[in-house]
Amino acid sequence: MDITINLADGVPIYRQIVNQVKYLVASRLLLPGEELPPIRALALQLKVTPNTVVKAYGELEMSGIIQKRQGSGTFISESRAPQVALKERRRVIEQRIDRLLAEAHQLNFSADEILRMVRERRAAMDESAAGPDEDKAAKS
Amino acid sequence: MEQPVVDVTGLSRSFAHKTALDGVSFSAAAGQVYGLVGSNGAGKTTLLKHLLGLLRATSGSVRVFGLDPVRDPAAVLGRIGYLSEEHELPEWMRVDELMRYTQAFHPTWDTAYARELLDTFALDPAKKIKELSKGMRAQAGLIAAVAHRPELLILDEPSSGLDAVVRRDILDAIVRAVADDGRTVIFSSHLLDEVERMSDHVTLLHEGRVALSGVLDDVRGAYQRSRVHFTEHFDRPPALDTALVTEGGGRTWSVVHSGSIQQFRESVSARGGEVIESRDATLEEIFLARAGRARPQAEAA
Repeated sequence: MDITINLADGVPIYRQIVNQVKYLVASRLLLPGEELPPIRALALQLKVTPNTVVKAYGELEMSGIIQKRQGSGTFISESRAPQVALKERRRVIEQRIDRLLAEAHQLNFSADEILRMVRERRAAMDESAAGPDEDKAAKS
Repeated sequence: MEQPVVDVTGLSRSFAHKTALDGVSFSAAAGQVYGLVGSNGAGKTTLLKHLLGLLRATSGSVRVFGLDPVRDPAAVLGRIGYLSEEHELPEWMRVDELMRYTQAFHPTWDTAYARELLDTFALDPAKKIKELSKGMRAQAGLIAAVAHRPELLILDEPSSGLDAVVRRDILDAIVRAVADDGRTVIFSSHLLDEVERMSDHVTLLHEGRVALSGVLDDVRGAYQRSRVHFTEHFDRPPALDTALVTEGGGRTWSVVHSGSIQQFRESVSARGGEVIESRDATLEEIFLARAGRARPQAEAA
């Protein structure tokens, strides 16, 4: 499972695991029914105390994103995960937008200007993707 | 409540004229990892040696598994695995002899686990200890410390002077002791990155006293670092409520503070300032705030 711990950003490690599992579910890199690594394996991979993984899995289970199945392991929930994924997608993007707006405010851009710039950047991206390297763009 | 694995109360210890430990209390519960930090000479090794019964308390009490390790060393030491910073091992022995020698003291020795670790570390059983590199000595010492699957694993600066590969081996051994057997681990380290990842609880010793102790996530959540901007120049750090360390100069200061953020903000605006940004403080910032060198005093409030 692709999780990275960043000690510099001040977020507790168990919470970083919770957030990143939610993110992986939201971006469909983890699918409903998929199995999560056992506690020991994830602790070894991340070099964190196993109790931190226990705490993270506990929280994910409480919110219904994962399910422990007796004797077989921990899985992404089939019932609740799609719902959580929807909420998480919004949450991640809204967080980015909040940061963008705060920075825009500091630099004296209005929200309307930012909206227009977002569209312009999008158009520029589409253009460069369809531009010189058409072959590559078609494949990706 | 389950009996704590380690229970130290009011422990003091002096060497000649120097106080090494001064009223230290420390307790460890089963299945948890305890990180012990502090500068050289803060008392970390002295505390750990008391747990092993190598030192007798001048005053206070030390209990491990409910027993006094000085009076009952055999009963206590058989259930502890210990790795010291110097990796003191009998130089004349071969690696396989060291394994057999250690096994003789420990009826719970897990031969398969010892062999697995020897293979993983690619240690040559026929090699003499004195021929091993520092990293290989640490690996041999680690096997001797964990292969009897001790109830309590004590590691004194295990990573000191080792390369990344051997450091990882040591962290893996800690994870396995906790995840496979629900064991208790106490380790001292000056590598805060390691402490932050591996510890459930953290204790900071400073000049023989406990300067800070608690659940790691609680400790981290209790301190913030903020950037503060004032309209007025200050020649000396302005006195602010809940501030522990104030650095900077003129109109811009960086403050490590604890407690109520609201109280801090109010205190800043009372001095004609504004909090530009706040984030949780890093462990290093917290430790420096709690055990740093004396800094220039803030002006009188």
